[in-house]
Amino acid sequence: MAKPRFGFWSVILWIVMVLGGYSLILRFARGLGASTNMTDEFPWGLWIGFKLFAVALAGGGFTIAAVVHIFNLKRYRPVLRPMILTAFLGYSAFICSLIIDLGRPYRIWHPVVMWNDHSVMFEIAWCVMLYTTVLALEFAPAVLERLGWQRALVWLRGVMIPVVILGVILSTLHQSSLGSLYLIVPGKLYPLWYSPLEPVFFFVSALCAGLAMTVFESWHSRKAFGKQLEQSLLTSLGRVLAVALSFYLALRFVDMVHRGVFHLLLLPRTETYLFLLEIALLLIPTLLLFQRRIHQNPTALYFCSVLTLLGFVTNRMNVAITGMEASSGTYYFPKWTELAITLSLVAGAFAIFWLAVKYLPVFPPAHETHLAQSARVAAPSAAASPAVPELTHAGS
Amino acid sequence: MSKALLYDATICIGCKQCEQGCATENNLPYSDSIAAEEKQSEHKFTAVLTRGDKFMRRLCMNCQDPACASACPVAALRKTAAGPVIYEEGRCMGCRYCMLACPFNVPRYEWNKLFPRVRKCTMCPNRVAAGKQTACAEICPTGATKFGERDELINEAQQRIRDNPGQYVKHIYGLNEVGGTSVLLLSGVPFDQFGYSADVPTEPMPLLTSRVLSKVPDVVMLGGVLLGGIWWITNRRDDVAAAEDCEKNSAFEDKKRGQDENGKA
Ligand code: SF4
Ligand code: SF4
Repeated sequence: MAKPRFGFWSVILWIVMVLGGYSLILRFARGLGASTNMTDEFPWGLWIGFKLFAVALAGGGFTIAAVVHIFNLKRYRPVLRPMILTAFLGYSAFICSLIIDLGRPYRIWHPVVMWNDHSVMFEIAWCVMLYTTVLALEFAPAVLERLGWQRALVWLRGVMIPVVILGVILSTLHQSSLGSLYLIVPGKLYPLWYSPLEPVFFFVSALCAGLAMTVFESWHSRKAFGKQLEQSLLTSLGRVLAVALSFYLALRFVDMVHRGVFHLLLLPRTETYLFLLEIALLLIPTLLLFQRRIHQNPTALYFCSVLTLLGFVTNRMNVAITGMEASSGTYYFPKWTELAITLSLVAGAFAIFWLAVKYLPVFPPAHETHLAQSARVAAPSAAASPAVPELTHAGS
Repeated sequence: MSKALLYDATICIGCKQCEQGCATENNLPYSDSIAAEEKQSEHKFTAVLTRGDKFMRRLCMNCQDPACASACPVAALRKTAAGPVIYEEGRCMGCRYCMLACPFNVPRYEWNKLFPRVRKCTMCPNRVAAGKQTACAEICPTGATKFGERDELINEAQQRIRDNPGQYVKHIYGLNEVGGTSVLLLSGVPFDQFGYSADVPTEPMPLLTSRVLSKVPDVVMLGGVLLGGIWWITNRRDDVAAAEDCEKNSAFEDKKRGQDENGKA
C-alpha cells in the first residue's frame, strides 16, 4: 500500500524539479526581469516570503537544542535530530533562494569584508553564515555515528555545549532580525502587520512553527518508515504548542489594541481577508490543541500542525507581499518561474530529509534508546511492525 | 558644510532641461519619448511631473540620514559630508533592501541586465567635490532648481514663503521630513498631489532599526551568561545525582563486604 503513494509523490517531485531547473536556467541566463514579476515598485517578491518562512520552520532547531542540551530535559532527546535536520535544511533553502534572488549572487560573501553594522541585512548575513555552521556541527553526530568515526564524535561532544549556546543566541538574533527588516518601512507595510514588535512576533512564531514542524514530520515519517516519536512525547509537544500559540496570538492582540488598528478590520479589503485567514489558521489549532482528545490523537495532532504551518506561511506571505502591495501602487503576483523555483526548493528539502531519515539515525536515536523504551514505541503501533527491526538495524 | 538643492515649483516652467542635463551628466539616453515618461527609472534619475499648469520634480532626496544607506548590508550607499548620497557599484550585491527601505521609493534596479546595478540620482558627487553646481541646477533657465549651502537655502525658502504667503503651501518639504533631506521643495499645491507623502515621519528612518540593532551586543552577552548558567545548574544537578548514586552504591558494597567478612569470622 505504501508503494503507489510513494510513486505518485516521486512523479510530482520530478515534475517540480524539472520545471524548477528550467526556471533556474532562465533566471541565470536572462536575469531577474525575465524570470520574475518583480519591479521597481515591488522589489521584493515571493522569494523573500519563502525565505522568511523557511527560517521560521527552522525555529525548532534552536528551541529543542536549548531544551535538551541547556535545560537538560532528556525526555525530548528523540526530537533533537529531526529538528536540527529540519533547521539545517531550512537554512540551506534560505541560502539557495538568496543566491537566486540576489542581483549579483557571486558577491554573496561581501558582507564578510564590507561591513555596515547599522544594517539589519548585515546582521542577517552574519547570523545565517554562523548559524548554518552551528547547525552543521549539531547535526554532524548523526553522520559521524553512521560512519563510525568515534574520535570525531568524542571531540564534537566536548564542544557541543558552547556550540549550542552560540546557536541559540544566533538564531534568537536571526529570527527576530527578519522581523526587524520591516521596521524601516512604517509607511509601506499595511498597519495590520507593521508593528514595532515585529521582531518579537517573528521570534515567537518561529518557536511555534518549529514545534508544529516536529509533529508534522513525525507523522510523515511514521507513514513512510514506521519511525516516529512516542505518542506521549507528541502529546506534550502539542500542549507546549497550544501554550506557545496562545502566547503569540495574545501578543498580536495586545499590540493591535495598543496601536488602535481594529477599525481596519471593518474595511472590505484584500488585506482584511488575508489577515483574518491568517489569524483563523492559527486560532483554530490553538483552540483544538487545548482539548485532551485532540492532543492524544496522532491524526488530529497532525491536522493541527498543518493548520499552524499554513497559518505561518500566510503570515510571512502577508508581511512580504500582501501588506506591501497597497503602498506600492502596483499589483504583484509571482510569475510561474518564481513559483516553480520555490516549489522545487521545498521539494528538494523534503527529498533530502527523506533520504536522511532513511539512511541516518535521525528519528529515535537508537544509541540512546533503551530497550524498554523502544518496546514502548513499538507497542502502540503494533500494526506498523517495521518500527522494531528498523530501530535495531540503525543501532547495529 | 553640506550642500543642497532647492526646487521651487512655482518658478518651474516645465521645460525639462534638468532631465536633459541629468541624462548627459550620468551618460543616460534622452529623447522625446523618455522626456514624456513621468517617473524615475533605471534610465531616468529625475522626472518633471506635469499636472495642468503645475509642475513638480522628483529625484532622490539625498536624505541627511538616509534609510537606504543604513539598510545596505555592504555600505554600497553612503551619505557624504558634502551632501550627496553616493552608490559604489563594486560593493553592491543586489539584495534590493535599499529599494524597500527608501521612504520615497527612489532607488531603481536594472531588472533586465545580468549584472544589474541600483540606479538613482546621486547629486553629482564629482561636480560637487569640484566645487561646481549639480548638472540640473546649472542648466535650469529660471532658477527653479537652485544649488547652495543647505542652511542658506532654508533661509531663502523661508523668506520666499514670507514674501509671498498666498503663492506657497506653508511648508518646506525636506526640512524635517525623515530628519531632513538635501533636496528642499517649495510648492503652490499640496505636495501629496505629486506623490510626496504627507505622513513620512520627521525622525530619521534609520533610528527605527538602530534602536533594535543596538541591543544585539547585550543579547549576546546576557544570553551567553544566562544559558551558560542554566546549563551549569542543570548539569550540576546531574552530577550531584550521579555522585549520590555512586555513594549509595559504594555504601551498599561496604556494608555487603562487612557482612561477608563478618560471615567469615
Ligand atoms: S531619497 Fe531614498 S534613495 Fe535617496 S537618499 Fe533618501 S533614502 Fe536614499
Ligand atoms: S541592492 Fe546593493 S545598494 Fe541596495 S542595499 Fe543591497 S547591496 Fe546595498
